[in-house]
Amino acid sequence: MLEIKNLHARIVDDGTEIIRGLNLTVKAGEVAAIMGPNGSGKSTLSYILAGREDYEVTEGDILYNGQSILEMDPAERATSGIFLAFQYPMEIPGVATMEFLKVAMNEQRKARGEEPLKIPEFLKRVKEAAASLSMDMAMLKRPLNVGFSGGEKKRAEILQMKLLEPKLCVLDETDSGLDIDALKIVSDGVNALRAPDRAFLVITHYQRLLEHIVPDSVHVLYKGQVIKSGDKSLALDLEANGYAGVIGEAA
Amino acid sequence: MNMHTQPQRTPAETALIDAFGDRLSLLPGDGAVMLKRDDAIEAIKHGLPTRRIESWHYTDLRRLLNAVPDFDPAAAAKAIAPIVDGSTVLSLLNGVSNAKAPTVEGVSVQRLSEKLTDGSIAPGLDPYGSDDAIGALNTAFVADGYFIDIADGTELEKPVELQNLQAGGQTHVRLPVRVGSGAKAVIVERQAGEGAALTSSVSQLVLGEGAEVTWLIVQEQPETATHLAQFKAHIGKNAKLTLFVMNAGGKLVRQEIMVRTTGEGADFKLRGINLLAGDTHTDVTMVLDHAVPHTTSTEVIRNVVTGKARGVFQGRINVHQYAQKTNAKMACNTLLLSDDGEFSTKPELEIFADDVVCGHGATVTEIDHDHLFYLMARGVDEKSARGLLVKAFVAEVIEELDDEAIIEALEARLDEWFVTHG
Repeated sequence: MLEIKNLHARIVDDGTEIIRGLNLTVKAGEVAAIMGPNGSGKSTLSYILAGREDYEVTEGDILYNGQSILEMDPAERATSGIFLAFQYPMEIPGVATMEFLKVAMNEQRKARGEEPLKIPEFLKRVKEAAASLSMDMAMLKRPLNVGFSGGEKKRAEILQMKLLEPKLCVLDETDSGLDIDALKIVSDGVNALRAPDRAFLVITHYQRLLEHIVPDSVHVLYKGQVIKSGDKSLALDLEANGYAGVIGEAA
Repeated sequence: MNMHTQPQRTPAETALIDAFGDRLSLLPGDGAVMLKRDDAIEAIKHGLPTRRIESWHYTDLRRLLNAVPDFDPAAAAKAIAPIVDGSTVLSLLNGVSNAKAPTVEGVSVQRLSEKLTDGSIAPGLDPYGSDDAIGALNTAFVADGYFIDIADGTELEKPVELQNLQAGGQTHVRLPVRVGSGAKAVIVERQAGEGAALTSSVSQLVLGEGAEVTWLIVQEQPETATHLAQFKAHIGKNAKLTLFVMNAGGKLVRQEIMVRTTGEGADFKLRGINLLAGDTHTDVTMVLDHAVPHTTSTEVIRNVVTGKARGVFQGRINVHQYAQKTNAKMACNTLLLSDDGEFSTKPELEIFADDVVCGHGATVTEIDHDHLFYLMARGVDEKSARGLLVKAFVAEVIEELDDEAIIEALEARLDEWFVTHG
């Protein structure tokens, strides 16, 4: 489903190269965890997948279902089924959350040639999704993410993911800022979406999240490259011994 | 032989002076009123203000007012649906009040033409100073309007909508409104039309003790019209005034706001939205006098500038010497969406008291790229995402109004503008 080939990318503003020859393949139905120390390029990778303009790909390619996505803007990538759950979801004053959800769902439907959702159907879906994440509907009347706690923002991201039904879900440190209860709710939300035709790229610092969202593969990112891949036992190994050993092996 | 060298009159100045001569016999007023009119036209004969006059620095009226339409007796404006369903509508069609205006309990409504004829409003017709071109223009030509008195303790359930509608030519109206002690009202001042008109409109509001008024100015003139307006208010003891101004049209627009707190505990809120498009010029100029101790005010202006539009906000807060414990905050934020547009902001604080909290801030920004990315990352295409963010920028000010019916009504006006200009 996702094939990243010898990807090199840099920050447009200052030319700093962050991704330096990254290779990664994720199959449909797979949950791939990306781990790595601070500054290894994890969040950058998520932004590049989503199409953020602050980064420029200088070499290599990203194939999604066999097609290069490099020329697609963020909206085109999203409507084709790529979803990024942000590490730090933006607060957007003045945009009501419900209105935003409606616009986003209908824009994606439009791009797929489907009719816009009728209001009752839309409300039903939002209510169901919110209930499954223990979210209060009153929260959704507020402007998007404004005044939401860290945990509420993360839930709101997963809520959007549920409603938009993407095929490739990129979760950027979804566990940061969550207490144990919220972590469980969010993880359950993600697990409920696991499906044979859907892949996940779960970016995290800690093994903790991977106890709840059990990965099929684990990849260690360091200095913009995948330096080691393995199964879930690799994450346990990292938790016990830190990154030093893995980095030493690769060097 | 000419003894004096006068600067040559502009065509607009000549047209105004000629029009006064032509109209004089038709203008209502007793001796006192007619004297005020004479004084006012004299002021115009001295010339319209230029950028050399400080209060007109960013709006050089003499240069910008390059054509004045004739009065058009055949112009026929039609009343429109009020922005809030069920409002009491008092319409002025081409400057003429309705002889059969609807009645509301606790509200006395008189045609201004009658108050001019009997001279009872003559004292209120004085311009406030030598640079008061709008006041002078209006005093010279005002022919009608409504004189409204809301009795003490009256709480109006539905808004009163004052519709000033033009279909070309010139219209000059005045709207004096007194709101009695403890009375509560929502008043909509609707300024719209469909001709290349010249409009002057002066609203004069007096709030009695403890009165609470939300006054909404919704200006949607066509991009061919010149709209010169004043809003003046005195806010009495413990009275609260929220003034919301939305400029969403007009070729040349100046909305002046002169507010004075006259009783302790008075509170003033100004919330403004300027939606600027095309090749237009829009100026909002406020002079706020905190004239007694313990009064508060906040002013928030949000501007969206597209095309070749030019906008101005001048906000002057005078804190008088005895007005201790004044708390005043002013902000003017502009979203500049075009390289050819411009917006000038001039905040001024003049403080003569020593125990006050006053501040102001101004920003000019483009659309936040992080916000744009976030919306697009959810599948919203760039054009729609930009539209959402621009609307959000101004809608924030509307949402503060805290009244569902009004918020909905104003958002509908906002949507209307975005449909035509988005």
